[in-house]
Amino acid sequence: MRVKPIKSLVQKPVRIPTHLLTTVKSAIHLISLSWVAYMLYLTISDAIPGDPVDALLHFTGMGAVNLLLLSLTVTPLAMLFKAGSLINLRRLLGLYAFLYASLHILTYVLFELQLEWTLIGAEIIKRPFITVGFVAFIILLLLSATSTSALKKRMGSGWQRLHNWIYVAAPLAVIHFYWSVKTAELEPIIYILVLVLLFWLRRDKIARFIARSR
Amino acid sequence: MLIRSNKTSDLTENDVTDEKVYRDRRNILKGLGFIGAGSLLTQPAHAFNWFGSDDEDLFQTNELTFSQPRAFQSDEALTPEDKVTQYNNFYEFGTGKDDPYANAQDFKVDPWTLTVDGLVENPITLSFDDLFKRYGLEERIYRLRCVEAWSMVIPWIGFELGKLLKDAKPLSGARFVAFETLFDPEQMPGQRSRFVGGGIDYPYVEGLRLDEAMHPLTLMSVGLYGKTLPPQNGAPIRLVVPWKYGFKSIKSVVRIKLTNLMPPTTWNILAPHEYGFYANVNPTVDHPRWSQARERRITTGGLLARNRIETQMFNGYEEVAPLYKDLDLRKFY
Repeated sequence: MRVKPIKSLVQKPVRIPTHLLTTVKSAIHLISLSWVAYMLYLTISDAIPGDPVDALLHFTGMGAVNLLLLSLTVTPLAMLFKAGSLINLRRLLGLYAFLYASLHILTYVLFELQLEWTLIGAEIIKRPFITVGFVAFIILLLLSATSTSALKKRMGSGWQRLHNWIYVAAPLAVIHFYWSVKTAELEPIIYILVLVLLFWLRRDKIARFIARSR
Repeated sequence: MLIRSNKTSDLTENDVTDEKVYRDRRNILKGLGFIGAGSLLTQPAHAFNWFGSDDEDLFQTNELTFSQPRAFQSDEALTPEDKVTQYNNFYEFGTGKDDPYANAQDFKVDPWTLTVDGLVENPITLSFDDLFKRYGLEERIYRLRCVEAWSMVIPWIGFELGKLLKDAKPLSGARFVAFETLFDPEQMPGQRSRFVGGGIDYPYVEGLRLDEAMHPLTLMSVGLYGKTLPPQNGAPIRLVVPWKYGFKSIKSVVRIKLTNLMPPTTWNILAPHEYGFYANVNPTVDHPRWSQARERRITTGGLLARNRIETQMFNGYEEVAPLYKDLDLRKFY
């Protein structure tokens, strides 16, 4: 099956000034770090009405999914506007998605299950929605561990093959969210639709990824 | 003659926020949140109270007069009042834990009518005032165990359901009691939209066996922490069955009907393999998606509190065990 890549919306490449890109990067650092720091402060000091564990679990989980989807919008944007330098943002967003996912799991293990190790193992294996989330986390872990430029060079074409697994991790993360709520809610459905759109925009790559994995 | 020129910063009649918009601002803000960045914005926004304090618009609760029988006092640490009233499952006002607090403050409870009918000799209709006056009120400190594996300790105020049912005189054929929450989509956004209300077919309905309903622990609550209930906790009157998972304790009840057949119950209809009719707290029967062996007790101490405790059979209310001596609680979860 041959699927054509998407056409760009512009004739000429859009140049993004270096200082603007630096500003965007700084903003990503600032927002991602300060927001979670503030949330940690609120939950540790018991300043949130209700259950602090639930609040942090939800915040870090949603943060991870949001950042993951944001990182997946970079490539389509770069192609639509022929703005190659945007690609620089991808790794940063991906790494912050991994940071939030790590904090999500840490919150679950440290504060929800409070280090009840036998239960932690059992829950990951026995509960499909946790299994799915855990697999997504392992993929993100592998991608983050191999994200340095030096490793990218050393791994050659294997690097791209490994990093295509983001097309598995992202749906798993969204399914984990959809599965975790008790009833049909609007929000997880919106996330599924956004993911479908993001995949449709790179249908050529996905088609090749699926063809190769067969 | 005074010639007055308006500065551009002066406000005119046109700038006054329409009252309808003002009254509906919480929903409007929520709507904006949905269109915006989804949960990353909406969820913490409530927790952080970014849109300023709304305290002046809180639902008005009133002091109650009640006795404090020793048998129902407790030395367990209570869950603070702000957590009891700001961390709720009441899908009629939205599926988020902070939604009921955010969306229910304009809820009207007076006038109210609670009807007791069905297989009874003497049908009863209680008005709003009757709820607080017909029976002597007492304070009962009960543990509340949610099916989601968290728990609270709450000082309820109310009267025994058994007293009300005795007054209604159940007929010999009555075997079950069916409860129904108010259906009022105007006031309850979750009943207006399937997406806000989590796809539940409203009104919310619950049920008990007659002997469970007559048990002295089963309470009709009209208040907590010394005052009448706020809407998010089920004003003006709700059921409290402390040995069952929280969803059995139906809120804002308008009808109690005695029947000869087991009545349908909302969560059982929605997911029968996850939620049974009995829904007794039982550490040995897991929810398909999580373990029920332990729970987190929400009191104080924040994120670092070591609050994970063993879940007790019947939530520690062993005196109800005889009700189920002939029942396989694994099968009838």
